[in-house]
Amino acid sequence: MCLAIPGKIVELEELACMRMGRIDYGGITRNACLEYIADPKVGEYVMVHVGFAISKVDAEEAARTYQFLAEMDQLEEIAVPEPEP
Amino acid sequence: MKYVDEYRDQNMAGKLAAEIKRTVTRPWTIMEVCGGQTHSIVKYGIDGLLPKEVELVHGPGCPVCVTPLEMIDRAHAIARQPGVIFCSFGDMLRVPGSNGDLFQVKAGGADVRIVYSPLDCVRIAAANPAKRVVFFAIGFETTAPANAMAVWQARARDIRNFYVLVSHVLVPPAITGILDSPDNRVQAFLGPGHVCAVMGYREYEPLAPRYRTPIVITGFEPLDLLEGILMAVRQLEQGRAEVENQYGRAVSPDGNVDAQRMIGRVFDVCDRAWRGLGVIPNSGYRLNDEFRDYDAERNFELGTIHAPEPAICISGRVLKGLKKPHDCPAFGRECTPQSPLGATMVSAEGACAAYYNYGRRLVSLPSQ
Repeated sequence: MCLAIPGKIVELEELACMRMGRIDYGGITRNACLEYIADPKVGEYVMVHVGFAISKVDAEEAARTYQFLAEMDQLEEIAVPEPEP
Repeated sequence: MKYVDEYRDQNMAGKLAAEIKRTVTRPWTIMEVCGGQTHSIVKYGIDGLLPKEVELVHGPGCPVCVTPLEMIDRAHAIARQPGVIFCSFGDMLRVPGSNGDLFQVKAGGADVRIVYSPLDCVRIAAANPAKRVVFFAIGFETTAPANAMAVWQARARDIRNFYVLVSHVLVPPAITGILDSPDNRVQAFLGPGHVCAVMGYREYEPLAPRYRTPIVITGFEPLDLLEGILMAVRQLEQGRAEVENQYGRAVSPDGNVDAQRMIGRVFDVCDRAWRGLGVIPNSGYRLNDEFRDYDAERNFELGTIHAPEPAICISGRVLKGLKKPHDCPAFGRECTPQSPLGATMVSAEGACAAYYNYGRRLVSLPSQ
């Protein structure tokens, strides 16, 4: 029920005095209300729930899981015991 | 799909699971709050990747599940009235009331419509001025800004034939209720990512130290859930109890301030009954007095509706993390998604329905 899907803003429009946007979800597009998004721009990603964008997707934060995993790999290498002399 | 597929990488999931195994030294019980998280965990078999020390229990964060039977009966009573168009999210249609579900109400001649967004109902109301259009406004904080905007828009456009039947619930009072319970066994929470996208996580910050319970705001994809579990396990192993944010790509500490402002304009906090859990003080929203003309409960004559729940159902204890679905003698027998007896079986995000739908009917083998 609290499902929110990341989608890319491909068009901005005004409808019934509301800021709306055309959102592309990997090929399928649908309208969403952008009233709760500060300064939305075409090309940005937003999380959409029941036709409302509830937050922008922070691209830097999104990359963080990968950095975290990459660092974990490096730690794994450090964790390998040094060979006995 | 960008921001989805990369969080389902099996190889990375394996690495995270291995790191959890390396980190854990003793048994821990972690509750995922949100029904969407429960659904992902069961669908992807996340709990099967974890070391035996880490037990996941499934929380009360499925709004369809916790909507009281009386409220569903009220919705059906409104939908059956002549001249009404009753609109609902799809998830609510199959949930049985005391006398069938909304599909059966529709088959009986009522005008029941599935909507994707509450704004669709405002449009339906504008196009059908001779009808009364009622929207079943359920959900957690995630959905509240959308439902609030629908009411706000109806007033701004002077649409007088639009009403909402509000059954909104809030996450923090439910977490507090679980932690205050004398038989509580939850030691850490995976917090609800999309609720916090709207609300931020400031209101959770006093809870973690007060109850000495880590809360990790967590997303919904397999890698999100595994990273959230790892962060919770690290806190538990190190004796820390803080709020941490795994889901930074969608959640900021203060959340969506504009959305919170709209919630505050339209709703008041109120006591709410939760299916399976009973009344929790200050655990929901209702329309405030300024918007009373849009409140279905105040504008439709419904009389007294009382709907007792089957005594055999243990969903209250499942929602608190005290029991698992297959601990229930009715699970998969008298109680199935086709004929649910209680909260956790009525929606695909309920723990019992998730277990049933993903083939966990045979997990509990008879003891020798």
